[in-house]
Amino acid sequence: MTTFEAILLTIVTASTPLLIAALGELVTERSGVLNLGVEGMMAMGAACSFAAAVSFDSTLLGVLAGVLAGAMMAALFALVVLGFAANQVGSGLALTIFGLGLSGLVGAPFVGARRDPIPPIDIPGLSDIPYVGRLFFEQDLFVYVSFALTILIALYLTRTRSGLTLRSIGENHTSANALGLPVLRTRFLAILFGGACAGLAGAYLALVYTRFWSPGMTAGRGWIALALVVFAAWRPGWLLIGAYIFGAATVLQLHAQAAQFGVPSQMLSAVPYLATIIALLLLSLRHGRAIGAPGSLGAPFVPDR
Amino acid sequence: MFSRKVFGALAGVAVAALSATGAMAQAKDKVKVGFIYVGPVGDHGWSYQHDQGRQAIEKAFPGKVTTTFVESVPEADSERAIEQLARTGHDLIFTTSFGFMEPTLKVAKKYPNIKFEHATGFKRAPNLSTYAAKFHEGRYIIGQIAGKMTKSNTIGYVGAFPIPEVVAGINAFYLGAKSVNPNVKIKIVFANTWYDPAKEGDAAKALLDQGVDMLAQHTDSPAPIQAAEARGKFGFGQASDMERFAPKAQLTAIVDNWSDYYVARVKAVLDGTWKSEDTWGGLNANMVVMTPYKNMPDDVKKLAEETEAAIKSGKLNPFKCPIIGQDGKEIECKGNGVLSDQQVLGMNFYVQGIEDKIPQ
Repeated sequence: MTTFEAILLTIVTASTPLLIAALGELVTERSGVLNLGVEGMMAMGAACSFAAAVSFDSTLLGVLAGVLAGAMMAALFALVVLGFAANQVGSGLALTIFGLGLSGLVGAPFVGARRDPIPPIDIPGLSDIPYVGRLFFEQDLFVYVSFALTILIALYLTRTRSGLTLRSIGENHTSANALGLPVLRTRFLAILFGGACAGLAGAYLALVYTRFWSPGMTAGRGWIALALVVFAAWRPGWLLIGAYIFGAATVLQLHAQAAQFGVPSQMLSAVPYLATIIALLLLSLRHGRAIGAPGSLGAPFVPDR
Repeated sequence: MFSRKVFGALAGVAVAALSATGAMAQAKDKVKVGFIYVGPVGDHGWSYQHDQGRQAIEKAFPGKVTTTFVESVPEADSERAIEQLARTGHDLIFTTSFGFMEPTLKVAKKYPNIKFEHATGFKRAPNLSTYAAKFHEGRYIIGQIAGKMTKSNTIGYVGAFPIPEVVAGINAFYLGAKSVNPNVKIKIVFANTWYDPAKEGDAAKALLDQGVDMLAQHTDSPAPIQAAEARGKFGFGQASDMERFAPKAQLTAIVDNWSDYYVARVKAVLDGTWKSEDTWGGLNANMVVMTPYKNMPDDVKKLAEETEAAIKSGKLNPFKCPIIGQDGKEIECKGNGVLSDQQVLGMNFYVQGIEDKIPQ
């Protein structure tokens, strides 16, 4: 394996959890709900997936537990913001704090346990292509799932009736409601999907990326996922690019340090965040407003009864 | 008005001093000890080791001590947590991170009858001690091991932040390696975090990808050494024994052992002999402990054991003069043939042979 390939492989691992979590949040936000609890749901996903994987010695059960845990947390959020029309920002922040705390409790007995790496899935023939072969055709299942999810979500949002309904509810929930579209039901499902994705991203972190559990191991990745959604102007294709730019910047700055380029590491660490801010600036300059932001994003909906 | 204020203040000091000396001279039957941790107890590293010390106290004085702890206390908001312990009847309070220094000092002044101990800081008061450990002694030993065992002649170091404590560790590690292998080169990556397992792991992978085959770390999670294990390379545990994460890769680990110190300090409170002091112990004081040397040839193991013994007996000091800086000039020697404690605690330069620059 050449250094070049090795760097690309690390970038894929760094980008995948960001992409998966951000895709879920994208769908939630497209339905008009802002869920700031990604970090908390991700932490729960990581804790529960690791706990289940160790207890049953099964990666598959671990992943399922992670997804389920994320979705359960999201259901709690949905109950508060849809059922009681509570403030979404406040509830989302509370969900993050709650998730981080609860994940510490759930994961406590599993501190110090370790799991063996998951063998990558090798697509024979294709993985022998130089440079890109191993990169694209010898990854773990999560990576393929993240690519598939990106395409499916893009198709869903633009090519299906249900996807269009979801978007119209996000743009203007009052009109959508007047048209007889199921605002609360759609949003509930979108929130659940967002939670499941965050849980899956957490599972990836605990089972593939670090292969152990320790409290607070999400270390802000949920917040980066949230920023990526804005960076991508709420579009799945852009999200894929954004997640990989972010992953690449994080990994490349570490390599730049090891290669002794002489650039201060603090500055290099800030590069991904700087890139996000610049991208936001460019986007808003071009379009005059935050393009793609769903019109009803963050507004509570109380149906007339 | 002015004189009254001064008088009041003087009287206050006098009362405080009286009550303080009164309390300090008294032996106690029962002691309540509190701990403030910066991270979660389950971090496998820094806070975990302090908690091991807390448990050692409970075992050492059954029935005589009660202990409590508050974990994951943010440094910026620690004053409330420390004061909370002070108000709830604790006799001795350990605050275990550098960033707790000012808040500890502030609370200590407010509660002169309570004894405080702050780890890794430098501000003391009549009822506030400081303590730290000479981890760089252990880093010199692992440097020698790495220098002997490297095949690529390139060793790597994952640092948290470019602060003196970390820089001194890098220098000690490199000096150790160079003492047995003049051709050795070091590559350094700062993760700019104490604790982000995924990022620490990526930093380690970056070093391994660039030809490093011996990996030292000064961040808190086992992710770097685990990365070394996955690539079939070698590494060293940090703060606690990380063997279970890297049974084939861990050559040894530099363990923070606070237990002996904590037990001694609690005993001093029980006996009424507690005094404000500054303690900076190393291998010799059992504050820094090396786990058994494994996964290495016998001659390397022997060398490591000899170096450890030499440091313990005081025959060897990692920062023995002359120490040459990167500019080729000798560093002024302020500590009687070795660098003084102050020079080590404030180290802000790399030694000659390290080709990187400290990020400023």
